Amino acid sequence: MSITVLSPGLLTSIQDLGRVGFQKYGVIVSGAMDTYSLRLANSLVGNREGEAALEITLVGPALMLNKGIAFVITGADISPTIEGEAVPMWRPVYLNKDSILKFGVCKSGCRAYLAFAGGFKIASIMGSKSTYMRAGIGGYKGRALKKNDILELEKPKKKSIDIINKLSKQLSQNKFITSNWYIREGENQSREVTTIRVIRERQFENFTEESINNFFHSFFNISIKSDRMGYRLSGSKLNLKEPVEMISEAVYFGTIQVPPDGNSIILLADRQTTGGYPKIAQIVSVDIQKIVQLKPNEKIMFKEISLEEAEKLYYEREKYINDIKIGVDFK
Amino acid sequence: MNIIQINESSVLVEFGKVINEDIHRKVEAFCEYVDKHPFKGMIEYIPAFSSVAVIYNPIKIEYEKIYPLLNEILCNLNPSLGKQKRVIEIPVCYGGEFGPDIQYVADYNKISVEEVIKIHSSGEYLVYMIGFAPGFPYLGGMSDKIATPRRESPRTVIPKGSVGIAGMQTGVYPISTPGGWQIIGSTPQQLFRPEEYPPSLLKSGDIVKFYPISCDEYEKYKGDEK
Repeated sequence: MSITVLSPGLLTSIQDLGRVGFQKYGVIVSGAMDTYSLRLANSLVGNREGEAALEITLVGPALMLNKGIAFVITGADISPTIEGEAVPMWRPVYLNKDSILKFGVCKSGCRAYLAFAGGFKIASIMGSKSTYMRAGIGGYKGRALKKNDILELEKPKKKSIDIINKLSKQLSQNKFITSNWYIREGENQSREVTTIRVIRERQFENFTEESINNFFHSFFNISIKSDRMGYRLSGSKLNLKEPVEMISEAVYFGTIQVPPDGNSIILLADRQTTGGYPKIAQIVSVDIQKIVQLKPNEKIMFKEISLEEAEKLYYEREKYINDIKIGVDFK
Repeated sequence: MNIIQINESSVLVEFGKVINEDIHRKVEAFCEYVDKHPFKGMIEYIPAFSSVAVIYNPIKIEYEKIYPLLNEILCNLNPSLGKQKRVIEIPVCYGGEFGPDIQYVADYNKISVEEVIKIHSSGEYLVYMIGFAPGFPYLGGMSDKIATPRRESPRTVIPKGSVGIAGMQTGVYPISTPGGWQIIGSTPQQLFRPEEYPPSLLKSGDIVKFYPISCDEYEKYKGDEK
């Protein structure tokens, strides 16, 4: 079974949970920006959670899909439709006939994830199918999708087959059939200001009192110069008390570094492995899915929590994802 | 030595706050140890000049258990002094279209282009770390006679293989990327090899030597690699 790209959208690429284990060779992790939505999309369609899916950015693609394909859409609501009929998200969808899945306007969020039962039949590079566009590796020919690309799918595994069998049993004349169960998500309607929780990073104390005050009490705008590598912020400039002698060291998903011009950069999926700018804070793991769903010109505010709280939130979320996986098995 | 928890899944082992070979050897010894004896729940590590970040899976191991583990590794660390280092020779076609800034480097240091080539290609460079981009080596040991500040405005694209100078550092760009280094030449050698293991020609601890080649040799080398 296969997928033909009729129009690619703004930036649609194949991503999984990234290239793990090669950062010591400078290899960028890449992978989904919103790993939470990716993991859920896969879990809901019966794949292993780290299978590769399509990451769709702001303006979605139009895809020709064969009948018999099952998929799940999570993340941003980019108005997916089949023949003008809205396709529900956060639940499995089974195609009764060959169909064109088309995305429209972006209603909320920034990135949608489209996972197919079985996943993509493409080679792994360094253990991952993620596309790293700058080096031209992984995914489909190392690049974002283009018109007329054809993606083959692997045979679905047992869990997916169970889901497909249950859906296809419903006798329906519709082009597509959806499950009557789903997870309640997508309530991330655009707020005027999104609060992002952070913990202190290594050079936090090196910033002036005024800068730290501004960091926690003023709004920052996500600049138009933002991409999968990082979000640049505009707003109050952050200054060091005095220049800090920095030695390049590891950076992480969600690290907030501050170059000499005082405008912070949040490092994301395609971040470099190491960096030499002072780091003021680190976005807590559970809030990374919030920040990567914000679009340029949206506003954020930072709130400090303790590392212990961040860990607690992490474990709670992992338990939630695990509960969903168990739930899917029982459906 | 310091062990610092950074976030929910990372811990940093810091060996010092300066760049020198002594600290580099400790970084090396630590990496070698965890390569051979990765602990349960360890995902990967990211070595740098004077620190190593260890990434772990908090579902499999809690920080409270990692701290004593790392502490024990550090106490038993044995940085070897006389370890045989790998020497990697990298051919470089200096100047011309491959090295648009070589004249600037020469003028800045008040020497000739030939001298820049001679000095750059007679050095022995220690790979302190690989980072920033896939396979990108941070090299130490460049002569201050060819040290040159970065360009005031960075180039939007520096072609793959470019050999550059930034302050007291020299390095090679394994992939095309924007950058502000002074470009003095180019190598046909592939530093980033995504289809191979390891995917990087160089690893931290290697010694790099550059040797000059002509444009014809450059083209021939490129042809042979294909």
